Amino acid sequence: MFNVTEHHKKLERNITLLGVFAFIAVATGGVVEIAPLFWIDNTIEEVDGMRPYTPLEQAGRDIYVREGCYTCHSQMIRPLRDEVERYGHYSLAAESMYDHPFQWGSKRTGPDLARVGGRYSDDWHVQHLIDPRSVVPESIMPPYAFLAKTDLNPADPAAHLVALRRVGVPYSDRDIERAEADMKLQADPFASAEDFAERYPKAQIRDFDGTPSRLTEMDALVAYLQMLGTLVDVNSAAAQEELAQEKGR
Amino acid sequence: MESALGRTGLWFAILILAILAISAAQDSGFAASMAVVAVVAFGFMLATALRFDPLAKAQGLFRMPTDPSRYDDDPVRWGVIATVFWGIVGFLVGLYIALQLAFPVLNLDSQFTTFGRLRPLHTSAVIFAFGGNALIATSFYVVQRTCRAKLAFPSLARFVFWGYQMFIVLAAVGYVFGVTQSKEYAEPEWFVDIWLTIVWIAYFIVFVGTLARRKEPHIYVANWFYLSFIITIAMLHIVNNLAVPVSIFGSRSYPAFAGVQDALVQWWYGHNAVAFFLTVPFLAMMYYFVPKQANRPIYSYRLSILHFWSLIFLYIWAGPHHLHYTALPDWAQTLGMVFSIVLWMPSWGGMINGLMTLNGAWDKVRTDPIIRMMVFALAFYGIATFEGPMLSIKAVNSLTHYTDWNIGHVHAGALGWNGMITFAAVYFLVPRLWNRKRLYSLRMVNWHFWLATLGIVFYAASMWVAGLTQGLMWREYGADGYLVNSFADSVTAMIPLYLLRSFGGFLYLLGGVMMVINVWRTIKGDVREEAPLSDAPYDPEADRPAAAVPAE
Repeated sequence: MFNVTEHHKKLERNITLLGVFAFIAVATGGVVEIAPLFWIDNTIEEVDGMRPYTPLEQAGRDIYVREGCYTCHSQMIRPLRDEVERYGHYSLAAESMYDHPFQWGSKRTGPDLARVGGRYSDDWHVQHLIDPRSVVPESIMPPYAFLAKTDLNPADPAAHLVALRRVGVPYSDRDIERAEADMKLQADPFASAEDFAERYPKAQIRDFDGTPSRLTEMDALVAYLQMLGTLVDVNSAAAQEELAQEKGR
Repeated sequence: MESALGRTGLWFAILILAILAISAAQDSGFAASMAVVAVVAFGFMLATALRFDPLAKAQGLFRMPTDPSRYDDDPVRWGVIATVFWGIVGFLVGLYIALQLAFPVLNLDSQFTTFGRLRPLHTSAVIFAFGGNALIATSFYVVQRTCRAKLAFPSLARFVFWGYQMFIVLAAVGYVFGVTQSKEYAEPEWFVDIWLTIVWIAYFIVFVGTLARRKEPHIYVANWFYLSFIITIAMLHIVNNLAVPVSIFGSRSYPAFAGVQDALVQWWYGHNAVAFFLTVPFLAMMYYFVPKQANRPIYSYRLSILHFWSLIFLYIWAGPHHLHYTALPDWAQTLGMVFSIVLWMPSWGGMINGLMTLNGAWDKVRTDPIIRMMVFALAFYGIATFEGPMLSIKAVNSLTHYTDWNIGHVHAGALGWNGMITFAAVYFLVPRLWNRKRLYSLRMVNWHFWLATLGIVFYAASMWVAGLTQGLMWREYGADGYLVNSFADSVTAMIPLYLLRSFGGFLYLLGGVMMVINVWRTIKGDVREEAPLSDAPYDPEADRPAAAVPAE
């Protein structure tokens, strides 16, 4: 009979063996579960409408990350009746394909934001961020008034896009060259947009924070919130059909 | 003299580099982090130049024994002090952000004090500062005793301790300035991650080097757990933090993975931070300190082999249970769920091995508050590792995910298991490390035990009710077929429960303050005059031969 304790003595007397066996034991699960996600269809498929974030939206996203919004807000609607009715169509894998890092969150102290885009007016968002309880008396959210007073000032918007391109977001050379101009013009309805709208379909161009003279962090964050969940037309017939054909969900 | 000059020059060079980094910094968070580096480098430069030894001064302050001992315990003493200090910091920040949820005015209308920025400060302070220091200190203590060998590479061991404190301070300063990559329990940005990697490799070298010098043929079971902890954390930390910085003079970086892949890599890391930071090495503490304090051998050697290998093999698979019903493929979710449920068994294997060690010494639960803390810690380990598999069942998870039940669950483990076993280890270590006959006061340990226990009861119970309330309110439908509650309704329902939770946290913090006083007085060498905990009452009336009762 195989005597476990007798054989185990070999491991117990040899650090290298013990270390190597322990490493094999802990590495297996991760390899089996994570590696396939880089090849299988439904985690790398592309869906019509998805595009990289505009420089302004990405700047807003960086503020969302910086302020730790994910500690209280999720961005992942589960396919459960109440969630779909409360927040909208359940989230697709492809909808976060350009999210470095992902912002699915793990806790809802506040509501889900995956499809908050277009649900409220810009004015509501600005007022809510400056003083949450002035529009939602029950809210326990911290106030973010300083965003409206802080100029949006990333040292080099193009550098952010370059870094994102290095991790796989398909920004074109033109996107990178125009990054700073794109960022400014998206918050300025009177500027010449040139080919901005072709490069970033469905991008919303307007002054977001109510002070057209300044480009603030509030502009960027509201621009990001207003585009969340708006890129993919999940309710169109084509999208429904594509989902129906998905296997393995 | 020459070496002193060389060291001064080295610190000067680091100082200049840090100042250059500050002037080139692209954001205030990076500048603040580099300022910390500059201040430390300047301090060391001055200290070396003036031949002033701040460490010796501090050692005097903490009355550390200087006489040569068989073991190298200096880093362990520092580790114990750091554990106690960071514990209080972590509990205090936790209490503060708990109160912020009940009273949002406490966010103080400042960007530096919002819940979003302080929450990672709390989680990192308790997991990595309080827990991490306890692990480094106890591993250095245990590995020397069980190998009967002094620490290998003593100066590297000191670098591990101080380098780790530097990691904590850099991470903490960063959070307040909004320097975060938003990956839960892996929030520090790329430059702090690189620093931690260097410190961790040094830790691995010291630990394995000491194992290699052992005078015992066998490697004791506690060291298997410590070793797999050090190896696995290195693997998780490196893979999860792969990122491309925007600029080497800016704090911002973008993680290598996106969306689904990033989510699974993060929760593979996140769940195994619980597994390999908060479970495996704490079991190592159990395998050393419980038998020592109870003065009994470990219950079963076979069980320790079986549950060690099954625990470390199975735990890694459980990550996807954090992503039930998300866009992660179904098969991965199911795999995560199945392995989480199977994991229940090796978890309880560890608990049983610890509890059964007390066979023949169960009376000590009544008389020895340190043993009581250990038993309570193991009981809570058992409760949390039953609750976890239950929450990972998809049907249960559809109700509980995103709710406060998870916060309650993690605190049952953190306060009950990690906290209690760490307090017990601190109480075990302090008199031994400072050559004191006993602790300043055992009765204060008893008070600490009850304050912490009551705190945990308030915390876990209120969060359990809160989670169920949220989950049920969110999915409640009326007879008309519409959702009954707005989201704001569920927020209002939470306020009383958030208050109860804060009260529980306050009690737990109070227990921590008792520990600070007790540890400080013990280090000072004071002994409190107090009645022993178990004192059979003396009744002179009863103290006589049994009177013969005449038969009727």
